[in-house]
Amino acid sequence: MSSDLSSHGEVAIPDASGAGDPIPDPGLPPHEPRLTDVDEQAAKRAERQVATLFGLAALLIIAFVVAYLVVPRHAAFLGFGASNLALGSTLGLALLFIGVGAVQWARRLMDDHEIVEERHSSSSSEQDRAEAIAVVRQGADESGIGRRTLIRRTLIGAVATLGIAPIILLADLGPLPGNKSAHTIWRRGTRIANDVTFKLLRPEDLELGQLVNAVPLTLEDLPEGKERNNARAKASVILVRMEENQIRALPNRKNWGVGGILCYSKVCTHVGCPVNLYERVTRHVLCPCHQSTFDLADNGRVVFGPAARSLPQLPIMVDADGYLVAQSDFTEPVGPSYWERG
Amino acid sequence: MRFGVRGRSRLNTGGDRGRPRLNTGGIRVGSRISAVLSARRRHRFAGAVVVMIALGAFGGAYALASPSSKASADAAQATQIEEGRKLFAVSCSSCHGLNAQGTNEGPTLIGVGAAAVDFQVGTGRMPAQQPGAQIPPKKVVFSDEEIAALSAYVASLGPGPSVPSKEQLNTSDLTDAEIAEGGELFRTNCASCHNVAGKGGALTWGKYAPNLTGSSPRHIYEAMLTGPQQMPVFSEAVITPDDKRKIIGYLEALKTEPSRGGFGLGGLGPVTEGLATWIVGIGSLVIITVWIASRGQKVKGVKGK
Amino acid sequence: MSSATPKAVSAPLEFLDERVGLAKLVKSNLRKVFPDHWSFLLGEIALYSFIVLLLSGTFLTLWFKPSMQEIVYNGAYGPMQGLHMSEAFASTLDISFSVRGGLLMRQIHHWAAMLFIGAMTIHMLRVFFTGAFRKPREINWLIGTILLQLGLIEGFTGYSLPDDLLSGTGLRFVEGLIRSVPVVGTYVSFFLFGGEFPGDAIIPRLYPIHILLLPGLILALVAAHIGLVVYHKHTQHTGSGRTNKNVVGYPLMPVYMAKAGGFFFIVFGVTALMGALFQLNPVWIYGPYNAAQVGAGTQPDWYMGWVEGGLRIMPNWETHIAGFTISWNIFIPGVGLLGLLAVVMSIYPFIERWVTGDNREHHLLDKPRNQPTRTGFGVAGMTFYGLLWIGGGNDIIATTFHLAINDITWFLRIAIFIGPVIAFMITKRICIGLQRRDRDKLLHGTESGIVMRLPHGEFIEVHKPLPMEQAYELAAHDRQEPLDIGAGVDHNGVEAPNRRILRLRARVSRFWFGDAVQKPTAGELEAAHTHGHGHDDGHGELEAGESEAHRPEVGAGSGKTPT
Repeated sequence: MSSDLSSHGEVAIPDASGAGDPIPDPGLPPHEPRLTDVDEQAAKRAERQVATLFGLAALLIIAFVVAYLVVPRHAAFLGFGASNLALGSTLGLALLFIGVGAVQWARRLMDDHEIVEERHSSSSSEQDRAEAIAVVRQGADESGIGRRTLIRRTLIGAVATLGIAPIILLADLGPLPGNKSAHTIWRRGTRIANDVTFKLLRPEDLELGQLVNAVPLTLEDLPEGKERNNARAKASVILVRMEENQIRALPNRKNWGVGGILCYSKVCTHVGCPVNLYERVTRHVLCPCHQSTFDLADNGRVVFGPAARSLPQLPIMVDADGYLVAQSDFTEPVGPSYWERG
Repeated sequence: MRFGVRGRSRLNTGGDRGRPRLNTGGIRVGSRISAVLSARRRHRFAGAVVVMIALGAFGGAYALASPSSKASADAAQATQIEEGRKLFAVSCSSCHGLNAQGTNEGPTLIGVGAAAVDFQVGTGRMPAQQPGAQIPPKKVVFSDEEIAALSAYVASLGPGPSVPSKEQLNTSDLTDAEIAEGGELFRTNCASCHNVAGKGGALTWGKYAPNLTGSSPRHIYEAMLTGPQQMPVFSEAVITPDDKRKIIGYLEALKTEPSRGGFGLGGLGPVTEGLATWIVGIGSLVIITVWIASRGQKVKGVKGK
Repeated sequence: MSSATPKAVSAPLEFLDERVGLAKLVKSNLRKVFPDHWSFLLGEIALYSFIVLLLSGTFLTLWFKPSMQEIVYNGAYGPMQGLHMSEAFASTLDISFSVRGGLLMRQIHHWAAMLFIGAMTIHMLRVFFTGAFRKPREINWLIGTILLQLGLIEGFTGYSLPDDLLSGTGLRFVEGLIRSVPVVGTYVSFFLFGGEFPGDAIIPRLYPIHILLLPGLILALVAAHIGLVVYHKHTQHTGSGRTNKNVVGYPLMPVYMAKAGGFFFIVFGVTALMGALFQLNPVWIYGPYNAAQVGAGTQPDWYMGWVEGGLRIMPNWETHIAGFTISWNIFIPGVGLLGLLAVVMSIYPFIERWVTGDNREHHLLDKPRNQPTRTGFGVAGMTFYGLLWIGGGNDIIATTFHLAINDITWFLRIAIFIGPVIAFMITKRICIGLQRRDRDKLLHGTESGIVMRLPHGEFIEVHKPLPMEQAYELAAHDRQEPLDIGAGVDHNGVEAPNRRILRLRARVSRFWFGDAVQKPTAGELEAAHTHGHGHDDGHGELEAGESEAHRPEVGAGSGKTPT
């Protein structure tokens, strides 16, 4: 650290640049006057220009007020929302004109002689430092914090303990996870219903190449809002129908489908987007968020993209009334992975 | 059930070979009916005198084309199927087989129904021309009558979905709530591929879900019904005709809605919005910073004191 | 106060001065000098967008209801009639359709947010490439780094509030991201969402964070940031008369008040015009959030696009150990990339200081070419970011340019490693080439385009000497030689204890500066002046000793000065 003090008691900056080597600094170039500095006419013109911009801005604000009062909320103009267009363009142009006027004033009419300001080092002088240290020492000595170790230690202990309070206060932010993530509302015999319309599904309703976005019928029994939304976020499924001979089911999944109809979780195993971009010819389903691709003919195996796990399959059957129902809940947790998932 | 996904080079030559002959056929079949159509157009726009003249000239043809009795209807249908069979033999059989039984180049068309033909040919996807991940829509090469004939022929081969009627496509009587329900159905069943605004989207390996904004209600309905190319089927038993009508109603409502906030930027969402941020926003502001930091016009050669 | 000041003005000023010492404040600050360069205004774009955000955001809070209570919509927008939605979404629709100017304010707010982060980004790039982060400004660089991170989070929390399909999908992604954190992820997720996803707590919780906590923090840090700029005084580019010990420019009052003040209005105006002309985030098309719905082309706002890209191109790695799962496929791109950005940006100034051993204050900015390695790193970083960005929009790119998503993903999986390296090498080479050109200019002047035939028949191109100002500017930077650690033994022949670290430092320093072209020394310049006549390669030049112009010129020796 340099310690040479300038006359003001501030530290001068040691030269940190290669300036002047090998070519000496020729110094600031002389000021070149602008047209507006030497030509009174040009200056007058510039003044009028700036004043015109400010005047236009005022008119545009008046137009803004008129547009606010006159243009109906839902009117269209050239296929655009008229109100938004009118309000935005008048306000935007008014602001723009004020800004351009001010800048133009500075550029063309204000004095444009460059000013040189000296810099001082960011650090304090040695003397200031010494004084600062002395002041702190004095304060510490007067408090006795150095000598009275019992006070110091208990104070540190108390403040550290205090930190627990806000953390414990946050504990009611949410319930503990438990094993909620591992289950959905699907149960043995839960009927499968078309999403939105809640129409029940029979196997014969599904044609070859069909995709159905479905939910458990019991979703309707849940109160609207949080409970139904949470259940839907896990229990949504897709049903697809393909030729039975195209299905390469795992040995334990041979009876998980009904006549070529298979049911999979609609929640991507990557970060949980709904997957239902179903390509009927390849029988792949693609997630539009991160493009994980699952082969539905092959137990929902991942064939591309960042998802690590197969799409969980819901075993289905037909109940006594001929409707498609679940054989059980999913046999594994649906949706994104998590630490305790195993 | 698959349309042309396997069709590659031979399909291409087939299409080329077929076209000249197809056109001659088209003129013959179409001349009569198109005359009637033009007569109808005059009827609408030019008043009674023109109608009288037109009817006088084409009255016989009109009677043939719009049969009033069942017998003549059957006869007309048989003629149409026969015309369709001829067109099929010329333009489609090289890939789909002479009896539409399918070949290595194209799937069987038995049982696909009139709706599938009306969609595939009516959007120009068939006859296919170039091999690729997906067969794109092109300029339609057949007249409406030829498409009707082809559809009738394929429909006669086996039961399948028929072309939706005008009533099925009529969305004018839908209430706001029904249109909103159509929106829910659209977002649940369609938006993941076709985008929430129907602007289309990418599938795997270069395939894509097309933009729906230019699609006619009839073709949208038929696509749901038949599942062209990679698109899955949305059968009438699951997505009922009424549901389909609501979905189409929602899409029509989106089209008539003004773009409330200004240019829609392609309706593609954050990607184009991000581009606009950088190009329009940051771009223009950086240009402005250059202007702000520039000095007023200098007087050359004049030096200050 | 001047005696000519009217009483109406002087009285309140006197009142203030007697109470807060206004005169002292005015005296020392009102004529503060700011150097004039366009790139110094980039940070101002960020500042002004932030002010626009505060203004428009306050407007929006008057109507927005941060509640996930489900209601049946019966507002002004037809195609949503009767749908079940959260109050947050319904109130967003009301702001868009029933409040006059509401849609405009929503769009201004959102555009300003995108500009805010964009402006911070280019501002930080400017600071990086010109070395303005060096001593004594490291702390201000750190504040800027924190501001960028806060800006990202602030933007994301705002994006999540309307509870539309797009923002809900974004929250779904955040939930997956949090769950990927080992050990505590599931708990954090349950605490944040008040239970399972989506719950009914997240929007009421994000709201105070978005409108109070984060803006407060940002505002405080912005104040500190500007305070430090005032304390340090602004950096300046090299140029004649501009030294490390002064700052040359225009005074705050009146020129910068008008320019900066005017620029605020311009930024606000551009944002308002964008709000008028370009539709953004049309939530009424996205619809209310429903966990079973998603739209093709679902992306976050641009500033999160690179993280999205990382998630898309990441291979599907997941580890199962002792009954626990670690999702590398989410954790590495999600948490890792954001952490990487924060860490790399925070420590870079200190790494460079360690390598260069440069502990001096720097107030003159570097030309990027004179720091080939730093510039190379910067461009490599931009390439890395840009490639991830492409990944984040791969579906839109695929449909727009008729490519396959899968091919783009595979290309990026490889390019993300090779691209930055290539970018580094190319950039460094370009910088060194420019340095060499600068050196040639200093030694030999500039090519005038005039070809001359010497008496013995040789053709030469006449080189014009450089004006003194230009020459000074080209040579005003530091000489940067690799660290010389010497023999490394003390006078007793004992190896220094930290020798290994020193050797490492020397090696890094050689990498940093080894290839840089040094500006000529006074001796080399002198030699070029006197021996410049008729190079062996015929690439000679005519040089002037005493210049005819009234400003001295450099890069020329004796001879005629063609003018």
